[in-house]
Amino acid sequence: MMNLRGTGSTFLFIGMTLGFLSEGFLSAAEKAPSSGPAILRMVVASEPPQLNSLLATDQTSNFVLGHIGEGLTRIGARGQIEPGVAESWKSTPLRFTFRLRENARWNDGKRVTAPDFVHAWRAVVDPATQSTTAFLMAPLKNAEAISKKLLPPDSLGVRALDERTLEVELERPCAYFLGLTAASTYFPIREDALKKWGTRYGSDAELLITNGPFTLTTWVHGASLALKKNPQYWNASQVRLDGIETAAITTDLGAKFNFFKAGKTDLIEQLGRENLPLALREGFRMRAFNDGGIYFLQFNFREGRVTRNFHLRKAISLALDLEAYVQRVNGIPGTPVAHGLVPSWVPGASGQFREEFPRPAPRQDLSEAKRHLELARAELGGSIPTLHWLTTDSALAVREAEHVQTVLDRALGLKIRIDSQIFKQRLAKSKAGQFDLVSATWGPDYLDPLTFVELLKSDHGANRGKYSSPAVDEALREAQSETQAPRRMAALARAEKLGLDDVAFIPTIEKNIIWVTRPELKGVIRHQLSPDPDFSRARFEP
Amino acid sequence: MSTTSNTPAPSEFERLPWPRPPEARRERPSRSAWQDAWLRLKRDAWAVGSASFLGALAVFTLAGPLLWPIDPAAPSLARLSELPSLGRQVRVVAKDTPETAARAATETVSRDTPETAPPAPAPGETLAAPPPAHLRLLGAPNVLGVRLVWQALPGAASYTVYRAPGPALLHAQALGVPLAEVPASPQPHYQDSFELGPGPWLYSVVAQNSDGDESPPSQPLKVDLEPGMALGDALSENAEARLGELISLKAHPMGTDSFGRDLLARLIQGARISLSIGLLAPLLALFIGLGVGGAAGLFGGKVDLWVMRVTDVFLALPFLLVAILLQVTLGLPPLTALVALSWVGPARLVRGQILQLREQEFVQASRLLGAGPVHLLLQHLLPNTLGVLLVAVTFAIPQAIFTEAFLSFIGLGVEPPAASWGTLCNDGIRTFLTSPHEFLFPALFISGTVLSFNLLGDALRDALDPKLRGRS
Amino acid sequence: MNGFFRYFLKRLALGVLTVFVLATATFTALHLIPGDPLLSEKEQTPELRASLMKQYHLDQPPLVQYGYFLKDLSRGEFGISFTQPNRKVNDIIRDHFPVSATLGLLAISLAATGGILLGSFSALRRGQALDRATLFWVILGVSVPNFVIAACLQLAISEFNQKTGTEWLPVGGWGSFHHRILPAIVLALGTQAFLTRLMRSSLLEVVHQDYVRTARAKGLSPLRIFFVHQLKNAVLPVLTYLGPSIASVTTGGFVVESVFAIPGLGRYFVQAIQQLDYTVILGLTVFYGSFLVLMVLAVDLLYGLVDPRISLEGRTR
Repeated sequence: MMNLRGTGSTFLFIGMTLGFLSEGFLSAAEKAPSSGPAILRMVVASEPPQLNSLLATDQTSNFVLGHIGEGLTRIGARGQIEPGVAESWKSTPLRFTFRLRENARWNDGKRVTAPDFVHAWRAVVDPATQSTTAFLMAPLKNAEAISKKLLPPDSLGVRALDERTLEVELERPCAYFLGLTAASTYFPIREDALKKWGTRYGSDAELLITNGPFTLTTWVHGASLALKKNPQYWNASQVRLDGIETAAITTDLGAKFNFFKAGKTDLIEQLGRENLPLALREGFRMRAFNDGGIYFLQFNFREGRVTRNFHLRKAISLALDLEAYVQRVNGIPGTPVAHGLVPSWVPGASGQFREEFPRPAPRQDLSEAKRHLELARAELGGSIPTLHWLTTDSALAVREAEHVQTVLDRALGLKIRIDSQIFKQRLAKSKAGQFDLVSATWGPDYLDPLTFVELLKSDHGANRGKYSSPAVDEALREAQSETQAPRRMAALARAEKLGLDDVAFIPTIEKNIIWVTRPELKGVIRHQLSPDPDFSRARFEP
Repeated sequence: MSTTSNTPAPSEFERLPWPRPPEARRERPSRSAWQDAWLRLKRDAWAVGSASFLGALAVFTLAGPLLWPIDPAAPSLARLSELPSLGRQVRVVAKDTPETAARAATETVSRDTPETAPPAPAPGETLAAPPPAHLRLLGAPNVLGVRLVWQALPGAASYTVYRAPGPALLHAQALGVPLAEVPASPQPHYQDSFELGPGPWLYSVVAQNSDGDESPPSQPLKVDLEPGMALGDALSENAEARLGELISLKAHPMGTDSFGRDLLARLIQGARISLSIGLLAPLLALFIGLGVGGAAGLFGGKVDLWVMRVTDVFLALPFLLVAILLQVTLGLPPLTALVALSWVGPARLVRGQILQLREQEFVQASRLLGAGPVHLLLQHLLPNTLGVLLVAVTFAIPQAIFTEAFLSFIGLGVEPPAASWGTLCNDGIRTFLTSPHEFLFPALFISGTVLSFNLLGDALRDALDPKLRGRS
Repeated sequence: MNGFFRYFLKRLALGVLTVFVLATATFTALHLIPGDPLLSEKEQTPELRASLMKQYHLDQPPLVQYGYFLKDLSRGEFGISFTQPNRKVNDIIRDHFPVSATLGLLAISLAATGGILLGSFSALRRGQALDRATLFWVILGVSVPNFVIAACLQLAISEFNQKTGTEWLPVGGWGSFHHRILPAIVLALGTQAFLTRLMRSSLLEVVHQDYVRTARAKGLSPLRIFFVHQLKNAVLPVLTYLGPSIASVTTGGFVVESVFAIPGLGRYFVQAIQQLDYTVILGLTVFYGSFLVLMVLAVDLLYGLVDPRISLEGRTR
C-alpha cells in the first residue's frame, strides 16, 4: 500500500514529462530563419585538443580544420576530388606537379605559396614534431626513412619550384595520393607563425593563421567555438554562410536533441537510437548517412589461444545471424550488413570496389556451424573453454556482444564471457592480447580500399589478434607496388578474400547514421573522411 | 495528614505484610526496553506495512525462481520490448526468404514494365518534379516483411524509402525513419522488416538524382499489420503452432526487455544481486565506519587527529580509479571497491556525533562511575547516534545499487546475460518512451525497497527512543 | 586562543601531509593500472611512441617519474595534459573551476536550505502527512538516477519553452544566471534528500531534551526555541556532511555538466580517467583533496562554535 503511494509520485513525475511530449508535436520546430546574418549553429562532441594541422588527429579538430584550412585539393559533394589551393596538376606515377592559385590567400592577406606546403610537410614527418598522423605522408619519397631518423626532414620528396609550383616525388606509385592532399595533415602552414608561437601554435583563436573558407574568431575552452566567413578565401563568393557557431560542447546525445528542439542548433549530425521515437513524434525529416566506418570482430591468433583453430572461428562466423542483428537488435534503421572488410561506399578501379569484387551476404547456417564446431572440438581435444570477449563500454557494443553471446550459447553451446572496459583499459588489454575475441570499429584514413584491407597485414597496429598470413602480406605488397588500377584492386580483393576465408576477422555491419537538419538548411555535405559535416557549401533557404 | 508540613511523619507509615496483598500491587507486567520497542513497532502501521513488503521481497528473491521458473536469459527476437501481457494471441505467418522476394520482384518487372531502363540522368540535371508514383504492395504484407514496388522515375539515381508509424503523417515533410537507399533500376523495389510490429504504418519514397537533389515525397502508402509470428518462433512459444492459425503466446506479466527476455524472471534474478550488494555494502561500510569513527570520537585528541586524516585521504581518492585498480590488479569484486570507499561517510558522522555526546552530562556521569570505553560506546554513545546512522545506511542502499550498475557498465560488475536491478534500470531508460515498463518495473522495485527501509528505519528509531515512550 | 591557534596550525600542517599522501596514493594507483595515456587506437610507429614516452618521462622508472611529479607539485605545477597537449592542468583548473564553483555554490545553498527546512518541518510534524510526503519526495530524489532526472527535466523544459515561446529557463549552455537554475536543481537533489533525512533524524534527538522543556516552560516563543535550542544542537550531522559535499559539488558533476552542456571541471575529470591522462587526474585529485581538507578543517572548527563543549584536542581525557 505504501509502495503504491511511493510509485504514484514517480508516475506523476514521468506522466508530466510524457504529457508535455504527447501534446508537443503539433508545434514541431518550425522556426522561421532569422533575417540577420546566416550563422549555422551546432553542438560538437568534444573540445578540439588543438588546431595545429601538423598534429590534429581527432574528429572535432579535423572538422574545424577542414573549415578554416584548405589543402591542395578538397573533396566534393559526391566524394570527387576538386581543386583547392592547387588550380591544376600534372602527374606521372611517381611525380605530381601542382600549380597553385594566384589568388589563394592566408587570412592575413599574404599569398599561399609552395614553400608553405614544403615547410608544413617536412614538419609533419620530422620526428621532433611527434605527429601521430605522419603515417599519412608515407607515400612521399623518403618519408619513412625520415620518421626513422635515417634521413633529415629536408630530404622529403617535396620541392617548391617557384612560388606557385609544387613538385612532389613519391616513394612508390600511390593511387590515392591525390585524395590525401585534401586531408588536414597535408595543409600548408606559415613558417613565421609556427616560429613565433612554437608549441602554443593552434592552442587559441589568436594563435593561428589559416587559409580556408572560414576563420576561427573565438575559442572559449570547453564552452564554444565561433567561425566567421573568410573574405580572403579565393572562393569566398561560393561560401554562403556568414559563420558557424557551436552552441555547446557535449557528448550527450539527449542534450544534442533538446538543443535542436529548442531551436538552439540547426542540425543534429547524429541522432541517438533512443532519440528516434522522439524525432518521429516531433516530425523531423530524418536522413541516413553511411558514416564510412565498419564494425568487425577480431580473433586472437596468439600462441595458446583456442581461437587459432580455424574450425572454431568458422563455426562462430556461421552461427551469427547478422540480418536478424540489423533488423531487430542494432536499432538504427538502414544499417547494412557488411559483405566484406571493405564497406560498400569505397571506390574501386572505376566504380565501387564492392560492386567490382562482390562477396555474398553472410548467411546463418547452423548445421554447417555445428559441423565445424565438432571438427574444432576434435582438434582441440574435447571441450572448448569459455571464450573471453573484450569490448568497449558503449551501450551498443555491449548490446552487440550480448546478442552474439546468446546466439552462440543457444545455437552451439559455446560460452562467452563479456568483458567491457573503458577506453584505455580496453586498448591496453587488446594490445597485450588478453582476449579471445575483440569487437572493433575502423574508419577510413584515406579514400582507398587499402585503408581497410591493410588491417589484415601482420604488422598493422590495429591487427590486435596478430593475424599473420604470408599470402595476405604478399597480396598487399603487390597492391602497394601495382600502378594499374584494375590489377591493384584485384590484388586488394585477393588479400581481403584470403583473410576472410581464413576467418581472421568477421566483418559485421557498416556504420549508418541518422541525422536531421532544419528544413531551410540546404547543401550540408556529409563525408566519410573529414571534415564531416562539411558546411563550406551550406546555405539557408527560406 | 499534617496541616503544617508536607512531610509525612514516620507514624503515618505502616508495614504491609509480605507477600503483598493484590490490592496493594501498583505494577504493570515488567517489560524490557527491547520488548517495549518491539510492541511499539508492532503498533506502527507503516512499519508493519514496510516489513511485510520486505518480507514479500525476500520471498520474491529466494523462492522466485521456483514460483516463476522461466529462464531469465532466454531471448526471443520475435517478442522485443513487449508490454506486460498474459498470453496474447497472434497468427502464425510465413516468412519470405530473400530468394522468393527477389523472384517475386523480377516477376513483376517482366509483367508490369517494358524492358527498358529509365534514361540515364545527365549530370547537373535537376530532378523532375513529379514524385515517385504508384507506390504499392507486393504480396500480402505481415510483420515479418512488407514488400514495396514503385515506378521508376526518370533522372533518379536512387530512392530513399521512409516509414512512419500511422495512421497519418504529422505533416507532409515528416516521413518517418529512412529505411534504406535503393539504387535506381527499371523496377525499384524494397522489402522492409526493420523492427516491424503490428499497427498501421505509412510508407513513402523520395527520389534523388546524382547531385543529391530530392524529389517531393510520394503519396504515403498505408499498411495495416496484424500481430503475427514466424513458424519457427511460434513453435518455441507453443508446440501446437501451425501456419495460418491463431496461437496464444507465453505470458510475460511484466513484459519483455529489448532482447525479448522475460522481465519478471530478470527482476527475480536481479533481486539477488542488487539486494545482496545493496544491503551488504552499506552494512559492511557501517561497521567499519562505526569502529573507526567511534574510536576517533571517543578517544579524541591524537587518535582523532590521525585517524581522521586517514579518512580524509579515502574521502578524496577518485572512486573510479580505485574500482579499476582493485578489479584489474587485484581481481577483487566491485563490492570491495564500494565498501573500501563508502565507510568514510558513516565514520565521519559517528565521530561528529560522539564528539558532541561525550561531553554531555549522562556520559560524564557514567564515566565518573568508572565505565570503560567499550561500555561507554555500546551503552551510551551508539544508541544515541542510531538515528543518524539509520539515515546513512538507508541512503547507502540505492547508492550501492546504482553504483553496482555503473560498475557493470565499465566491466566491473555483473556480466551479461545476468542482470541486476540497476543494470535493468539503465537499459530500460533507453527505451523509456516506447516501452516504459522496462524502466518502471526495476525503478519500482528499487524505490519500493528504499522506501520500506526508510519507513522501517523511522519506526525503529521512534520505537527505540525512550523519550517518545507513551507519547504516540 | 593560543591553544586554538596552535591546533589550527597543526591541522594545516597535517593537511599538507594528507594531500601529499593522497597524491602519492593516486600516483601509485595510476601506475599500477594497465595502460598508459599515450596508447592510441591508430597506429603509432615505435619511433614515435618512444619519442613521446621520452617527452613525458614515461620511459623512466616510476620512482624517477614520481620525483618529477614531486618537483612539479612543490611548485604548484601539475604539468601539461596528455589529451590536450597545449593546455596546462593549471589552465584547465583556472578556466573551469569557476564555472563549477558558481554552479556548485548555488546547488549547495539550495540543498542546504531545502534540506534543513524540509528536515525540520518533518521532524516537528513527525508521522503526519507532511512528514510522509517529504519522505516520498526524498525517496524519489535518491532512487531515480541523476541522469534520468536531468534528461526528463531538460526534455520537459524544451517542450515548455517551445509551447509558450518563452526562454526564461534555457535547455542548456552557460552564461546568465538563468542557465544555472536547472542544473543546480538537479545537482542539489541528492544532497538535499540526504540532508533532509539527516536533519529530521538529528532534530528528533533533541526535540524532547530537558533544556527544550525548560525553555518551553520559561515561556519562550516556539520560533526562538527552535532556532536557539533545537536547530543549533541538531545541526551538527548536517555540518559534518555538508563540508565535504561543498568540495565535491563545487568541483563539478559529470552527468549534469554533460546533459546541460556546461563547461565545468567534472567532465574533464571523467574524460581524464577514461583516457588515463596522468597529469590531469593527479592535478584534479590534488586540487580536490586540498579543497576537501580545508572544508573538513572548517567543519571541525565550526563544531566548537556550534557546541562549545566539544573539544578537539581531547582535554577531557
